[in-house]
Amino acid sequence: MISFKDLKNAFLVALWFVFLTFPLMVIKVNPFERTIDWRWQNMGYVAAGSFICYLGSRFFLANKAAKQKKQKLQDMPDKPKNDWQQRLLSEPRLYLPVLGVTLAILLIFPQILSTYQTNIMITALMYVVLGLGLNIVVGVAGLLDLGYVAFYAVGAYSYALLNLHFGLGFWAVLPIGGLLAAGFGIILGFPVLRLRGDYLAIVTLGFGEIIRLILENWNDFSRGPSGISNIPRPGFFGMEMTLNQSISYLYYLMIALVIFTVFVVNRLQNSRIGRAWFALREDEIACQAMGIDKTRTKLSAFSLGAFWAGMVGVIFAAKTTFVNPASFTFLESAIILCIVVLGGMGSIIGVIIAALILMLLPEYLRAFSDYRMLVFGGTLVLMMVFRPLGIISTVRRTYTIDRKPENVQ
Amino acid sequence: MTEQTTPDTPILEVSGLTMDFGGIKALDHLDLRIKQGEIVALIGPNGAGKTTFFNCLTGIYKPTSGDLLLTPPGKTTRRLNGLKPNKVTQQGLARTFQNIRLFPNMTVLENVMIGRHCRTRATVLGAIFRDRKTVREEKKIVALAYSILEKIGLTDMINEFAKNLPYGAQRRLEIARALATDPTILLLDEPAAGMNPNETAELVELITEIRDDGLSILLIEHDMKLVMNLSDHIFVMDYGKQIAEGSPNDVRNNPAVIKAYLGEDVEDA
Repeated sequence: MISFKDLKNAFLVALWFVFLTFPLMVIKVNPFERTIDWRWQNMGYVAAGSFICYLGSRFFLANKAAKQKKQKLQDMPDKPKNDWQQRLLSEPRLYLPVLGVTLAILLIFPQILSTYQTNIMITALMYVVLGLGLNIVVGVAGLLDLGYVAFYAVGAYSYALLNLHFGLGFWAVLPIGGLLAAGFGIILGFPVLRLRGDYLAIVTLGFGEIIRLILENWNDFSRGPSGISNIPRPGFFGMEMTLNQSISYLYYLMIALVIFTVFVVNRLQNSRIGRAWFALREDEIACQAMGIDKTRTKLSAFSLGAFWAGMVGVIFAAKTTFVNPASFTFLESAIILCIVVLGGMGSIIGVIIAALILMLLPEYLRAFSDYRMLVFGGTLVLMMVFRPLGIISTVRRTYTIDRKPENVQ
Repeated sequence: MTEQTTPDTPILEVSGLTMDFGGIKALDHLDLRIKQGEIVALIGPNGAGKTTFFNCLTGIYKPTSGDLLLTPPGKTTRRLNGLKPNKVTQQGLARTFQNIRLFPNMTVLENVMIGRHCRTRATVLGAIFRDRKTVREEKKIVALAYSILEKIGLTDMINEFAKNLPYGAQRRLEIARALATDPTILLLDEPAAGMNPNETAELVELITEIRDDGLSILLIEHDMKLVMNLSDHIFVMDYGKQIAEGSPNDVRNNPAVIKAYLGEDVEDA
């Protein structure tokens, strides 16, 4: 099964990894005694580990290829590999219990776990909504947007500023923040209508930076880098709440928002407009030739994607009670994009799972302390190598099957 | 042109159509007419400007000068110059592409459903709330798309991704998608390219059926047998200019056409 060539490659891979990790794993500077510890045994571990990992992956891929070959020989139709996934997602009998249990766990989560855990979960849920929003733009409509965080910032600052100047409450600003962000989505959409792919990515990247730089430098408007503090937490009919209670409250609020988002985004994707978005992603010229207004379709994707970022922005401001421009760097956009790509472009469930993994993994990897980000990065690389289409590739919309019998009559 | 009655006035009248790309005249004062229920072919050697003509007609290019006038049966004449591609489609011109441009990662049915986009109205709010009007409209779209696929003969593959279809089926799906836009004129850009004789025969049958349903068809094609069999009227162009027009028989014997296709008699060699 494993040839000499594989062994040779494995050796080279091991050598490369030893070289890469040398400064990190082997050299340890002791600043007090001004000596350097050479931890040679670590080098051995790295070499052995990468050697075995490489052989293992070769073995895995060879197996997979052989299986596919066998399938082709038997002249089987090109069945999707993740058959159980498709089944799980398409049969209510199978997915309803899973959904129920998940929901039950989510509902009692703040009761059984600490405030700290709840807080982490709130953040993760916020990224679920952000991921779903960006998924409309990048995953469904195929418009690579690297400045998504700008809309998040618009939402957060709209709550901060409207509260500061006009004393508007959380519930009033929540829709306003969303709509403002959607408006900014259209503002961004107009100049980039002609662009696509890499060019679009660059312009949206610039847009994201512009918003951040404005917030950082226009002191009279946004109070600059020092930010705005003392933003009130969301209220519940004027009830007084302790910190713990208000965190639990925010948690349930996020759960509700996630459910609302999934509901709306799912319906949008399976509608006339959703189909137009998918068509735009697939072939812009054909899409126009089939009578779809490219301008309107693009703008609606940008604004409906941005809407969610605006809402989450408001919640972010309410959760931290403080906003400053440092929270809205390019890194945030990159993470949200990671969520969409990792989850599977256009797949709602995939994006949810990816958001939870990407946000919770670094937290729970704290046990590995130093190697936390290394493991995290490694996971990303492995995911993309073994599942390039994402955790769950776009599920075929089943509504066509539902209606088939009606038409056959 | 002595015809005065409505059925005989051309559905599409192109006059003096010119397209400049910098110094190159891709189209040079081209004239063309299509009457109701006619199959018209546009032929010419490679690089003659046929696809450029299609692109001008469907709004992908903006012609430098000339007129594109569309008169759908029982309606007033409209000028198509400078309209966006989606507006042209809305006016009743639907096209296929020389190199297939389906939506590869959408199902066959969805591909056809896209064609209904410009004939339906559902808004974002309708999509979210799924009111009765929207639901009814969706059902209509699915039913109509399915009935078109029935006619084309692709119903056993409606949930297949378009990219997984065999070549001939992909070409026919493109026609189905164009038909879904409810066109008055169907523009086919080399529909038989790369097809085997069997598939071509099926295609001829399909095109005749579509014509019998009352549509007019303009096609670009290199398969001369198909063109001669199918067309009522043929326009021949070379270097962006029209060099001949007429019935298949006229064109077949036209010396200018023979010259364009086979080259000039070599006299001083």
